[in-house]
Amino acid sequence: MSLPRVNVVIIGAGAGGGVVAKELSQAGLHVALLERGLWYTANDCRKDDLRNQRSSILGNNSGPDDERNPRVFVDLEGNRHVVLASEGGYSNNAACVGGGTLTYGAMAWRYQPKDFRLRTTYGSLAGGTLEDWPISYDDLEPFYEKAEYEVGVSGDVSNDPFKGPRAKPLPMPPLPPTREYEILKPAAQRLGLHPFDLPMLRNSVPYNGRPPCMRCRWCVGFICEVDAKCGTHNTVIPRALATGLCDLRLGCMAKEILTNDQGKVTGVSYFDAHDRLQVQPADLVIVSAAAIESARLLLNSKSRLFPTGLGNRYDWVGRNLQGHAYSGATGLFDFETYDDVGPGANIAICDYNHGNPGLRGGAMLCNEFIRLPIQFVDMAPEGVRWGKAHKDFMRRSYRRSIKIMGPTQEMPVFDSRVQLDPVVKDFWGMPVAQLSGYRHSHTVEISDVMAAKAEAWLKEAGAVQTWRNLSGRDLSGGQHQAGTCRMGNDPKTSVVDSWCRVHDFDNLHVIDASVHVSNGGFNPVLTILANAYRVSAHLAQSWKGKV
Amino acid sequence: MEALCDQIIPADQDPGAAWAGTLYYIDSQLVGHFRKLQSAYREGLAAFDAACLSAHRAAFADLPVDQQTAFLNHLPASLQPFFDMVIAHTMQGFYSDARHQGNRDAVSWRMLGIPIIPIRGRAQYEFIRKG
Repeated sequence: MSLPRVNVVIIGAGAGGGVVAKELSQAGLHVALLERGLWYTANDCRKDDLRNQRSSILGNNSGPDDERNPRVFVDLEGNRHVVLASEGGYSNNAACVGGGTLTYGAMAWRYQPKDFRLRTTYGSLAGGTLEDWPISYDDLEPFYEKAEYEVGVSGDVSNDPFKGPRAKPLPMPPLPPTREYEILKPAAQRLGLHPFDLPMLRNSVPYNGRPPCMRCRWCVGFICEVDAKCGTHNTVIPRALATGLCDLRLGCMAKEILTNDQGKVTGVSYFDAHDRLQVQPADLVIVSAAAIESARLLLNSKSRLFPTGLGNRYDWVGRNLQGHAYSGATGLFDFETYDDVGPGANIAICDYNHGNPGLRGGAMLCNEFIRLPIQFVDMAPEGVRWGKAHKDFMRRSYRRSIKIMGPTQEMPVFDSRVQLDPVVKDFWGMPVAQLSGYRHSHTVEISDVMAAKAEAWLKEAGAVQTWRNLSGRDLSGGQHQAGTCRMGNDPKTSVVDSWCRVHDFDNLHVIDASVHVSNGGFNPVLTILANAYRVSAHLAQSWKGKV
Repeated sequence: MEALCDQIIPADQDPGAAWAGTLYYIDSQLVGHFRKLQSAYREGLAAFDAACLSAHRAAFADLPVDQQTAFLNHLPASLQPFFDMVIAHTMQGFYSDARHQGNRDAVSWRMLGIPIIPIRGRAQYEFIRKG
């Protein structure tokens, strides 16, 4: 039994899938948008500091659930751990309409032109798979702009001399500065750096029919209480549904992508919200399940013609798993820095993204999001863990500290990968993702330098005590997971072409961060959105040519 | 357990973990999200008590506070994982939202000097949970 045919089935209603659903349904295609999670709204904001996507001590607030979705994590010593969705090592993003965009911190970075040309800029790197993207910043520029205007970005990047060329300013002004901002800005200027108001997918003024940020303490990790955070769940997906051509199905877990005897993709089979197996025939299949689950789905789609999964002829599916190596520094001040005004992160520098002597890249640095008390506990310097020393530290430092962090661009590693676990199955009986690998030592080297830069900034700002927060060699992934279905022109060293089409097929596409060749020294979401707009425009155009 | 929690976050000019009821948080999670840690607690506590008895010939809770601190500072390596777990859970209870029962009267937030903002429009959830 199969369902009535649709033009497009999209797996995953996150950043990538949401945009594709809107663009293709507006172009007149019938779309089935499958999402394994639920649709949360501002009313689901619990402000529960132990149950959210940032501090998931008691669980996630927007999926996936612990019961049905285990993964296997292989640590640096080669030990296997079965991990639940709210546990460390799982590399969770989210499972809900909007995906990570529902609860993210919402930084809205464009990558820099050089980020698409790492191989050309720095040459190859032993032990890594550093490569240029098959597309350039200029190819994405109009779509970055479209994402900024349709989804909504506030900030002011006009003072960032390192940005790529842009046609228009951001659609919304930045939020008013905080005390941290006032402390850090002159300090950066004294150091000869170029601070500016970082871009955020967050309303600073009424926009798209939703109110501005109310500046509370519960931001990154939480569902916005006033719906001021801009994600695909409150922008493009409602617009897709308004066309009447997009059918959003919740609680639907994709099982495999179906192919016929001619090796052509024919549709998708999935378990619906009642765990019944459904077959959805489609002309086009779009995989937008985020880097780990997209790779897993391709690998799980085995058949006689494709015994190792789809797009995996040269064993590249699941390779080059990367996120970001976060590092930075914490500084204590002898005056108050805390003003209880969220979302916190608001001032950034891009002086160190490239051009660091001897280093192949770098990171944007900015102040951290406002922290809840439970998140501050882990910010104590080493050795301050309990007892009087701990309590004194908390009391003295909570309102007198600033933390600066940055996402170091990772050197892709072939052996950092998603595989199918041979033993563990999920609730529906499908092999789960097994994550294994490590960070390249050069990535760690770069991130250590970034931590030193952050520390110098804090010292200039008047910190009386500082310490560095370093990142280790552990496998990276998490909310910034990327790289597992690399985009490239050579089918032997990539999974999809520059239009995100899986090499062996003419109607199978991967549209999410899986296709990122490298992940920028920035939060990746705006690039995911922009690339989804770019590929959707191409798909809509070639569809019109066909009909 | 209460004495242990109060060593981790002692009372001084501000209340400690015992007064804040952090134990209630741990108790309720041990039959909730931390269900699978029940045996770690049972076995850990038994070993902890035994080590304390053999070192000081007294139960941990009966020791003077200074001796408790000294005992924790020289904890046998085998008890360290248990202690680390209790530290983590004590921090969670004490510093998280008062709804988790380990931060009575939002005492830790008051200590840090952050406003306790009522969560408007969310009361229905709390009623549902109390059932």
